[in-house]
Amino acid sequence: MSDAAPPIDLDGLRDDGLARIAAATSTDDLKSVEGDVTGKRSALLEARKSLGQLAPEDRKTAGQALNEVKTTLEAAMDARRSELAAVELATQLESERLDLTEVPTGVTVGHAHPVTQAWDELEDVFVGMGYRVAEGPGIETDWHNFDALNIPKGHPARDGFDTLYVEHGPPGSTLLRTHTSPVQIRTMLAQEPPIYIVAPGRVFRRDTADATHLPVFHQIEGLVIDKGISLADLAGTIEAFTTAYFGPGYTSRLRPNYFPFTEPSAEFDVQRPDGSWLELGGCGMVHPNVLRAGGVDPEEWSGFAFGFGIDRLASIKFGISDIRNYFRNDVRFLSQF
Amino acid sequence: MKVLLSWMQEFAPGIDGDPAELAAQLTDLGLVVESVDETGPAWDGIIVAKVLDLAPHPDADRIQVVQVDTGGASALDGTEYVAGEPLQICCGAFNMAVGDLVPLATLGTTMPNGMEIAQRPMRGQMSNGMLCSGAEIGLDDDHDGIRILDPSLPLGAPLAEALGSTSDVVFDIDVEGNRPDALSVAGVARDLAAKLGVPFSFGDYAVAESGAPAADRASVTIESNELCARFAARVLDGITIGTSPQWMQDRLTAAGMRPISSIVDISNYVMLEQGVPNHTYDLALVPDGALSTRMAREGERITTLDGQDRALIPADGVITNAADEPIGLAGVMGGASTEISDATTSVVVEAAVWDRMTIAWTSRRLDLRSEASTRFERGADPMAVERALDRFCQLAQELCGASVAPGTIVAEGGYAPNEPIPVRTERVNLILNLSLSTPDWVALVEAIGFECSNVTDAGADVLIPSWRPDATGEIDVIEEVGRHHGYAKSGKRVPVPEQTGALTPDQLGRRRIRRAFMAAGLSEAMPMAFLAPGDLAAAGLPDDGIRLSNPLVAEESVLRTSMLPGLLKSVAYNQSHRATEIALFELGAVYLPGEWSEESPLPEQPEQVCAIVAGADASEAVQLLHRLAADLGLDLQIVNDELAGLHPTRAASVIFRGRPMGQVGEVSPAVLDAYGVTGRVGWLQLDVAAMLAGLGSVPKMKAVSTYPSSDFDLAFVVPNDVPVNDIVRSLKRAGGNRLRSVDLFDVYPPNPADRPDGKRSLAFRLRFQADDRTLDDEALGKLRDACIELVTKRHKGELRG
Repeated sequence: MSDAAPPIDLDGLRDDGLARIAAATSTDDLKSVEGDVTGKRSALLEARKSLGQLAPEDRKTAGQALNEVKTTLEAAMDARRSELAAVELATQLESERLDLTEVPTGVTVGHAHPVTQAWDELEDVFVGMGYRVAEGPGIETDWHNFDALNIPKGHPARDGFDTLYVEHGPPGSTLLRTHTSPVQIRTMLAQEPPIYIVAPGRVFRRDTADATHLPVFHQIEGLVIDKGISLADLAGTIEAFTTAYFGPGYTSRLRPNYFPFTEPSAEFDVQRPDGSWLELGGCGMVHPNVLRAGGVDPEEWSGFAFGFGIDRLASIKFGISDIRNYFRNDVRFLSQF
Repeated sequence: MKVLLSWMQEFAPGIDGDPAELAAQLTDLGLVVESVDETGPAWDGIIVAKVLDLAPHPDADRIQVVQVDTGGASALDGTEYVAGEPLQICCGAFNMAVGDLVPLATLGTTMPNGMEIAQRPMRGQMSNGMLCSGAEIGLDDDHDGIRILDPSLPLGAPLAEALGSTSDVVFDIDVEGNRPDALSVAGVARDLAAKLGVPFSFGDYAVAESGAPAADRASVTIESNELCARFAARVLDGITIGTSPQWMQDRLTAAGMRPISSIVDISNYVMLEQGVPNHTYDLALVPDGALSTRMAREGERITTLDGQDRALIPADGVITNAADEPIGLAGVMGGASTEISDATTSVVVEAAVWDRMTIAWTSRRLDLRSEASTRFERGADPMAVERALDRFCQLAQELCGASVAPGTIVAEGGYAPNEPIPVRTERVNLILNLSLSTPDWVALVEAIGFECSNVTDAGADVLIPSWRPDATGEIDVIEEVGRHHGYAKSGKRVPVPEQTGALTPDQLGRRRIRRAFMAAGLSEAMPMAFLAPGDLAAAGLPDDGIRLSNPLVAEESVLRTSMLPGLLKSVAYNQSHRATEIALFELGAVYLPGEWSEESPLPEQPEQVCAIVAGADASEAVQLLHRLAADLGLDLQIVNDELAGLHPTRAASVIFRGRPMGQVGEVSPAVLDAYGVTGRVGWLQLDVAAMLAGLGSVPKMKAVSTYPSSDFDLAFVVPNDVPVNDIVRSLKRAGGNRLRSVDLFDVYPPNPADRPDGKRSLAFRLRFQADDRTLDDEALGKLRDACIELVTKRHKGELRG
């Protein structure tokens, strides 16, 4: 064992270490510098091993000095590492740069038919008013479509419907329903009053398709039967619907009209906030003969019915001028709604 | 129905005031006014001018240069002219002669169509106004020639003054089917007068009678009371047939009828005014003046006024002569054999009311719809025939110099006078939400001719007038009360149901199904349910669709049994318009042929939901099915199958709860070809009722295992004809309840064409998990072996290395 340990150039180690840390160009580079400067085989660690050769009184001073250098170097290392990591992250993120506008726009989303959208919306409005939704078949008996609705065989009004008859059973006995009103009869026969229903559905007329007529279209029918129902209940219900569907500022009026299945009968118009009128549909107090056909006693119960076109409301809502679009199924049309 | 204000005022002078307000009152009565036109004032600036000279235009073949004399009248813009001096007009018509009086629209005139008349050169020749056709000034329908005026008119006078046409208002009313009374000027006036609270009355149509009584010279007989309600006739002599006066022509024109000759015009005038169609016969051509009515007989024929020879059927009504030969088609059209002519001097004029349905069927069968048949179909007033004939005679006497034979001959037929019906005041007030006293509502209906008796607090007996065939019961009277009192006075009230509003589970389910298809990228289509004959066969389906009895066109004469043809047409339409991304679905009914019985008179009309995707092959269609099944929570299985209309080797039946409920695959290439569709087309068809049944079951939570799961992969080489479903089923059986999922992740070779040995490798990833413990290697090994064993044994599969 020698008396005097070789002098440790702590300042040199520190300065050399700081210089190498500062010179490191990447976190990987810094990792190898770390080994050289503070690693197990570094001069600093070698120097620590030699501390044992010092006199105890010197050992403490030298140890402290050595630890100071180590702490300084480690702090420099951490600082440099953060610096380099930040640069490297920035470089990496920059290398990942995307032009997000390059992403193709083509997306296929399914669209509900505009008539279905109007249909659902109408159902929802009436459900909100406490109504149930009733249904009936497209091919109907002439009894449900006409006779039960106070349009007996030979009645001139029967023609106005320009009925399409189908070859099923005795000639003239089955037909494509010309209106949703047969659902009134089916509902009355199926349930006891009070009745509050709407019946949306597809209806058929012997008509040539043009911009405003289709041989197949959609109606919604309303039927209320309860005790003491009057013309005022009809007018109020139409008004309540008008406000609920079109919005505040819309009002309605009834004016006399003729339908075989209602008496008194009326046409109902909706007034827009700008004062203009929209003729919407027909309505009236259910004719006593119709109540009787549905098994309802007209002395005990009274009721009203109304009906209007769903397609027409869809046309208004979406600004559709030619209703032939409704059955062409052009995807360029359907995908707009 | 076009109604003139001045004409109504002859019945109710109190009808007056702002035309728009009157129109609003009519509309409020249910006599909806479609338009209000003021006539007369549109002739401002149009004068009577005389043609002085006609010369060809030097530079235009189709224009002639006309010199006219304005008679010294000024133009509307103030330009002054000297009487007798020629004023040059360029004119495109050639029908006038020198000396003719013609209507001249002077400078500054605005024509009824909005055109402004100004001085302007036409091909170099100055024109100082415009000569007018009858159509241009609304006098007639003639667009071609200039209207030549009566030579007796004063030259230079304003046209309106010269023709005695004063300003008037035309209400065009949309008369509903229940109001035949409103198909007459008097009927509309009666309703409006009552609404306005002004008096209404028919005029005094008394005529001076002379000569032998009508009954000695003519007779009427009704052989069929079902056909004819009442039949009346009068005889007139000494008739001079000419043109009717301008005022009558004006009124007929305004009402939309064309003036023809004095006697025809009077007939039409009476129909429009009184609502009773009538017909004139040349008395000389009716042996003994004998008219009879009966149903036609098989084989009978008649030549009608339009010169057509028509075969009659027993459903037609006819008017016959003394020889029992048809001389008129009742209520529809007169016969040619008794037609009046310029030589006619004596006529028998007849007014009758016919059975509505007979007239409706005959006019429809022969496609002969007329003003008369319309009125008979809706129901003319049987008690108005005498009045109408009186009015006819009065006008004929005044305008044609006729002498009228004494008496009206009337035959009573099937008309049954109405009996009074009780109407309860309580009921009136309940239905209309009013609190009227009996006298209140009685006054309203008496004003329109409903006679009331036994008026008490409780109600009254009401006699419905003969001109209201639509009204038969208490409720009809209540409607009249409401109509004349005003619907608005009933107020507005919203009845509140005790039930809560809700959609049924099925209705919500249909919305869910639609949303699932839309979420899968498909848009909703609504093809028409009508097909052309052969459409089903072209789609490879049985050609057994229910047929329409009376289709409008053959292309829409069969009801669909399948949505395939309609959706294929939609794809073809889109492809022909170069659309891409054609992916459509439809939810609706198909109509299946079947037996009819009185107990079940309607055919099956099941709801289906179908999808069609252009450019998609069968596997994409199956993926769509899986996606929908996952979205809707339905456990749908498929079984390879051969299905009509679909690709014979790329189709499967869809099974739900052990029952077939649909089909999936590709549309057959032959079908695509028939519909002009290109590329592959994926197809999916599902029964909505079955789906709705499945949607009804609410899933119950199963606890998620807290123990780790283990995956292993197994690949089998199996013959092509072993469906994957079968292997999956075997794996599930062997794996038991610890097999949590089976995923087919590789098929090799993917293309069946690359499998010369008829086999393919199927690689599955199986995930195992227990609810109560971690599965150890030994347990997993046993499960693995069980899976391998079952697949190799059952499906001739070999485990792949």
